[in-house]
Parts: sequence; C-alpha cells; structure tokens
Amino acid sequence: MGSIMTIGIAQSALELGLIYSLVALALFLSFSILNIADLSTDGCFTLGCAVCAVLTIAGHPVLGLFATMGAGVLSGFVTAFLQTQMGIESILAGIIVNTGLYTINIAVMGFSSNLNLFGCDSIFTWGKEHIGGGFSTLLISAVIVLAVGFLVSLFLNTRLGLSIRATGDNPDMVRASSINTKLMITIGLCLANALTGLSGGLLAQYQRSCDINLGTGMVTIALASLIIGETLIGKGSMRRRILGVILGSCLYRLIVAVALRLNVPPESLKLVSAIIVAAAIALPYLKRQFAFYQTKRASRAENQRFILEIIERDSGDRRSKP
Amino acid sequence: MSGNMLIMKNVTKTFNRGTVNEKCALREVCLELKKGDFATIVGSNGAGKSTLFNAITGVFYVDKGLILLDGEDITYRKDYARSKIIGHLFQDPLRGTAPHMTIEENMALAYLRSSTEKHAYFSHINSEDKKKFREQLSLLQMGLEDRMKQPVGLLSGGQRQALTLLMATLVTPKILLLDEHTAALDPSTAEKVLQLTKEIVEERQITCLMVTHNMHQALEMGNRTLMMDSGNIILDISGEERKNMTVDGLLEQFAINAGKELDNDRILLSKEE
Repeated sequence: MGSIMTIGIAQSALELGLIYSLVALALFLSFSILNIADLSTDGCFTLGCAVCAVLTIAGHPVLGLFATMGAGVLSGFVTAFLQTQMGIESILAGIIVNTGLYTINIAVMGFSSNLNLFGCDSIFTWGKEHIGGGFSTLLISAVIVLAVGFLVSLFLNTRLGLSIRATGDNPDMVRASSINTKLMITIGLCLANALTGLSGGLLAQYQRSCDINLGTGMVTIALASLIIGETLIGKGSMRRRILGVILGSCLYRLIVAVALRLNVPPESLKLVSAIIVAAAIALPYLKRQFAFYQTKRASRAENQRFILEIIERDSGDRRSKP
Repeated sequence: MSGNMLIMKNVTKTFNRGTVNEKCALREVCLELKKGDFATIVGSNGAGKSTLFNAITGVFYVDKGLILLDGEDITYRKDYARSKIIGHLFQDPLRGTAPHMTIEENMALAYLRSSTEKHAYFSHINSEDKKKFREQLSLLQMGLEDRMKQPVGLLSGGQRQALTLLMATLVTPKILLLDEHTAALDPSTAEKVLQLTKEIVEERQITCLMVTHNMHQALEMGNRTLMMDSGNIILDISGEERKNMTVDGLLEQFAINAGKELDNDRILLSKEE
C-alpha cells in the first residue's frame, strides 16, 4: 500500500479535493437542485482563477477571493439572463457564455495565457506563517469548504432556498405558489457560479499559477465528484447530500492520485476522468440490471418446474378424457 | 366593486393564428362571478374549459378582452404574480406538489403566498409554522400530519391531490379554479376530495369555478352551472331554474343551444351514475 499511496500524496489529493469540491457544490446547485446543465462552468472556473491571480499579484489575496465570487455571480447572471429573458436553451446559454469567457479571461490576465504567482502572498502562505505545520493548507481549505457547505445548506432550507429547490422539482407548482421561476433560476445560477469562481480563485493561490486552459473539462470532473458523492452517501437531508458532494470530490482526487501512482501518464488524466464519470453514472443503472438478472435467474428454475407441472397436468387431463 | 369577484369581458384567444391549425379557443367570453359564487362548468371536448382557466391564471395572455379579479385588472399581469390570489388545481395530482421535497417543505412554499415582507424569504420553517401545518393536515384525516418529514413523492395520487387542495387554500385565494381535480382519482378517494372541497369552499365562502364531466356533480355542487361549447358559454343557470334541472334536461338544453349533440364521451359515460 505504501508504494501506491503515501501520506504526502493523500494529503495533496485531499487539499485538491476540497478546493475542487466547491465546483461540485456549484453543480449540485445547478444540476441536481435546479435541473439545469450549466456548461459555463469551465469558463467560470478559469475566470475565478484569473481574477484571483491578478489581484493576488497586486497584493490583495483576500480581496481576490471575494472578487472571484463577484465575478462568478456576474457570469452566472449572464447565463441566467440568456435563458430566462432571451429565450435561449439553458445548455446553449452555458456554451455561449463559456465561449465568450475565453476572451474575457485572457483580457483579465492582461492578454497573456499564463500568470505566475510565485513569491506573492496568498492565504496559504499566510497559513504556513501563522498556523505552521505541514497541515495548514489542508486546514484552511477544509475550513473554507465546510463553512461554504454549511452556509449553502442553511440557505437551501430558507423559504427562498425551498423556492429554488421547488423550481427544479416542479415548475408548474412553483408558478402556482406565486414564485417567480425566472428569478429563482437567476439566483440559483448566480450562487452556483460564485462557488465555481471561488474554487478557481483558491486553486490559483494553491498552485501559485493561472493558465487559460485550466478550466477545460472541469464540468466533467465536478460531475464525477457529484455523482460519486450521491452514489456513495445517497440522498437524504440537504446537509447530508452536501457533505456527500464534498467527500465525493475528495474521493475522486484520491482515485486520480492512485491512478497516477500506477504510472498512468498525466496526459491520459482527462480520459481517466471521463471513464470515471461514465462508470459512476452507469453504476446505479448496472446495479438495477444486475438485480433484475438475479431475480430472473432465481425464479427460472422454479418457473421451469411450474411449466413442466402444467404440461404434465394438461397431458394427464387429455389422457383421462375419453 | 359591486359584489363581483371575477369579471371577464369579451375575452378572446386564438391559438396558432394564421396556420392550418388555427383554433379559436375562447370567443368573446363574458362571465361575472359574484363573491362566494360556486359555479360548475360542463362542456364538450375542446370547448375551452381549461383554456378559460389558463386565461385567468395567466398561462398565456389573451388576444382581446378584460379580466378583472376583485376589482383589479389582471389581464396582463404575470402568472406568478396572479397566483398570489388564485388557487388552481389540475386533473393530474402530480402537478400541484414538488415530489422530492417533504410535505412540510411543500406546505411552507404554499404559505409563502401570504407573506409580502421581503425578509420572509430568508426565514426558516419554525415550530409555530409546523404546528399550524400539522393542524391543517389533520383536517384531511389521512394521517399525513405524522408524515411531515417524508417526501411528497411517496404519497398516493389522492393524498397528493388532497394536499394540493390544502395548499391552494392555505392562504384563502380570491378565486379557486378546479379543473376536473377528482377525475384521475379512484371513486372513494374522489368522493373524499370532493367532500373536502365542499367543506373548505363553503366554510370560507371562496369564489370557485369547477370543471367537471359528471353531470350530477354539475347540478349538485355549488349554486350555478355553466355550459361551454367551442369557446362560448352557451348556458348559465342558477336559482330555481337550476333546482328544477335534470341531467337529461341539461343535455337537451345543450343540443338546442349548441345546435348539436354533446360529444364528450366521458360525460355520456358518467350520465348513468
């Protein structure tokens, strides 16, 4: 086991898992709760990363993290505006925003495709100085993610949160309850993208760099985490589901870390992600299929006996008839 | 406002205008409902009964005409804004509740209609609310008050429709629209939901419109009976005239006023009940 997983590798996998879990939480809001596939996630993640990188380089790491959320809200608002006010399909709205964000992200990064944050103060360097120890980064990520998760679960149980949940569950009923579905979709997407942006910002400070292609495939990875979480932890109360999403993200990063240790080349990471997503989504279906197969097999022997009995009885009837 | 709760004047709606599928669903419909009126509506297939309801709730905007509810012009008001004062039940019991949310959460959403203050949006369900929901649920006598933490998706169709009725009237609406709301339920559950409807509407004097395909119901429930055919209200009876009306008489009247026999198969099937 030691050769596959060292404490150091597990720790960095957990750190990444926690940071990326905010994107998974964002998809939890848009995909699971609102029932909207928000494909602007990739671009929004890079946006958060770029905004935070620029402000961190300028010496405002904390402001940078708050600004990522603001940027995320803006991006989410545009996506929501396109689908609620302009009549554009939700998937298309996400793709359009995602495409547009590429240019905006490059512009935010000062028309360069790469930014370097080495030597800049960040909340993680602050942690190393003031908290110390090898676990300060893990601790900071955990505190931020758990606080966000707690706030989100608190929010989803307010009346506004209930209205947003009902919008994804039964829009007919929501309109009949005097709730503005368009407003609910807008609030939900703004909140979700704020989390995506924050995740990107944290990653910029964590890996001390920002790249224009950083967000590519993020939606698939977050979806994998979300589904791993929902499959393993299951459904239940909001708090439980949110915790499941965070754990799912950590587990996903551990799986990736193991895959890398098993000499899977880093270039194939995206393929591995895609396979994990497909497998995780297919798993519940395959489980049902397997259960059905077993029922079928279990009853086959008995049913065959019944059929034989019926045939025997029928032929017996015929024989007894004159 | 002269005791009228609902006034519809020359309300007209044509779907697919300018195509081969053009259909005039409402033709200059005029209707006045007094406060506390309970009118039943019968009519042939595609007569415009549901369209009439959709015009009132704002699923679409009408092409022409005026809709006044309690003196307020709601003709071009958005659907969610109208639903603050309108209760609407559909035939499909699944349409009125959110299946993946608990009974308690569904009730809380219905209760939102009453609160106009902005800060209410950030409030949680408190124990006082829960007590109120419990009391209301126990009126249904379906044991739902002990299942408040369960998702609504686990309830039967009848239970969901009863819950929807409760939610639609939790905050007394200015008008209650019932679109064959018992038609998809089994006979005994339908009877129970209908009884419940009667009690709630009578107790709180709610102005109510009810579409039904059951001619007996159309004459027994409420104080007025309307008949619709191809986008028109062709018969409107109340008082003595209604009291002396029989099911056969109603069918006869329809044939005279519409110039054809009633072609709603379900009505004909339920005639002999």
